Amino acid sequence: MLKQLISPAATALADIFAGARRYSLAAMLGWQDVRQRYRRSALGPLWLTISMGVMIGTIGMVFGSIFKTPLFDFLPFLSVGIIFWGFISSVLTESCTGFIAAEGIIKQLPIPLFVHILRMMWRNVLILAHNFIIFPLVLLAVGRPLHLTMLVAIAGFGLQLVNLLWLALLFALVCARYRDLTQIVTSALQVVFYLTPIVWLPKALPSRSALLLLNLNPVYHLLEIVRAPLLGELPSLVNWAYAGGLAAVGWSITIIVYGRYKRRVAYWL
Amino acid sequence: MTYVEFENVCVDFAIYNASGRSLKKRLMQVATGGQIGADNDGRVVVRALENLNFRLNDGDRVGLLGHNGAGKSTLLRLLCGVYEPSSGVARIAGEIGSLIDISLGIDPEASGRENIYIRGALLGISRAEMNRRIDEIIEFSELGDFIDMPVRTYSTGMHLRLAFSVSTVVRPEILLMDEWLSVGDEGFKHRAEERMTELVKATNILVLASHSRELVLHTCNRVIWLEHGKIRMDGDPNIVTDAYFGMGAASNG
Repeated sequence: MLKQLISPAATALADIFAGARRYSLAAMLGWQDVRQRYRRSALGPLWLTISMGVMIGTIGMVFGSIFKTPLFDFLPFLSVGIIFWGFISSVLTESCTGFIAAEGIIKQLPIPLFVHILRMMWRNVLILAHNFIIFPLVLLAVGRPLHLTMLVAIAGFGLQLVNLLWLALLFALVCARYRDLTQIVTSALQVVFYLTPIVWLPKALPSRSALLLLNLNPVYHLLEIVRAPLLGELPSLVNWAYAGGLAAVGWSITIIVYGRYKRRVAYWL
Repeated sequence: MTYVEFENVCVDFAIYNASGRSLKKRLMQVATGGQIGADNDGRVVVRALENLNFRLNDGDRVGLLGHNGAGKSTLLRLLCGVYEPSSGVARIAGEIGSLIDISLGIDPEASGRENIYIRGALLGISRAEMNRRIDEIIEFSELGDFIDMPVRTYSTGMHLRLAFSVSTVVRPEILLMDEWLSVGDEGFKHRAEERMTELVKATNILVLASHSRELVLHTCNRVIWLEHGKIRMDGDPNIVTDAYFGMGAASNG
């Protein structure tokens, strides 16, 4: 029994570490992906940033007045929420094609498969860096000062990435075999968007049962460990514990499953 | 010590029909007790390679012969480490280099120079090493000022020259090829030939899939003839090519 777990785990970890050692390849390919969006376009991915900024402005006006929350509080909350939700949702959507899109390389060169996940992740981090420009502009617009607590967001973002990496690896693996999972993930993400306090404030929830439901939502915690510090508050212990626990459990499962089925990926494509 | 050792290696491809790839169908099958799925779940398995046993040693120049679909490409992919055997053991000791799809990873929008770095990174060459060799690669490709233009502006020949110049920079211990690489116009062809010969000379084990008798006789000191995923003959090039091509001639005539 134990041996059945150890040998796939060793296979998976070997691939993951080998992939991590080829970080320069992943970085180069991810960077190349972003550069492709800049080619023959003056603003490139910044077009996405602009449309996201316009959306934040519009939603901020409408929902700010519905919730009767001053823009000083609501707009920063909303902008961090939308920026990082955009990151999380595009990582999860693109992870479904993580291996499928790299079919050409996977079938020709023996490159660790984890490289393709890292490439996708790096590409999205670069795009996140574009979109993040909105946040300081919003702070400037509502006249909110910078705060030392904001530095905690770096640790929060690290933990968010650790979680997204296992999710992406697992999705890429399962989607290579079952192609219509991509559709399921896309629609599930839409539901999660409404279930998670991104455009609405958690304190607007009426009852305790709704709060309970909120605390079960993993995306809420993954978002909160980055958003709370950026808004000048410390994330709660529950947020950290949930995100940390999720990383531990998620990685354990992913490593076993990945180790078991990694060798099949080239055949599935 | 470079070697390749195959022990009872089999490769099976499961052919997933549309229903096999759909998670919904899978779940419905479970829900309906497999009644509806019974006829859909006829999973067809194609055995691409069956019970391969051989050992390649240092100095072997192996030609792979066989008709289309005999399993040559699958065998090359196994050697390359892309596929893992469905059953059996494949032991490969030595650094592997593949010249099978030299254009892989070339981004038409990027410049030739950028593509040299991308291709180099895919082949596992460090950036420092690439910086050291880039001038040599550009010079070999004879692309001149075109090297800083997007690859989509290149002609097919220029495109291949670029891919060839980067891809042949590696000096692997085990070299895999699908037919001899021959690119460019007369002048370039000659230098490409020289480089290929030098590359083959430097490698410990060469595996070359080919349909050309002359090429195999000229390059190889051992020939493996694959038929329907099995080894039909393995031995001296003259004997095996005579049998392989002789049979073809006999059936044609």
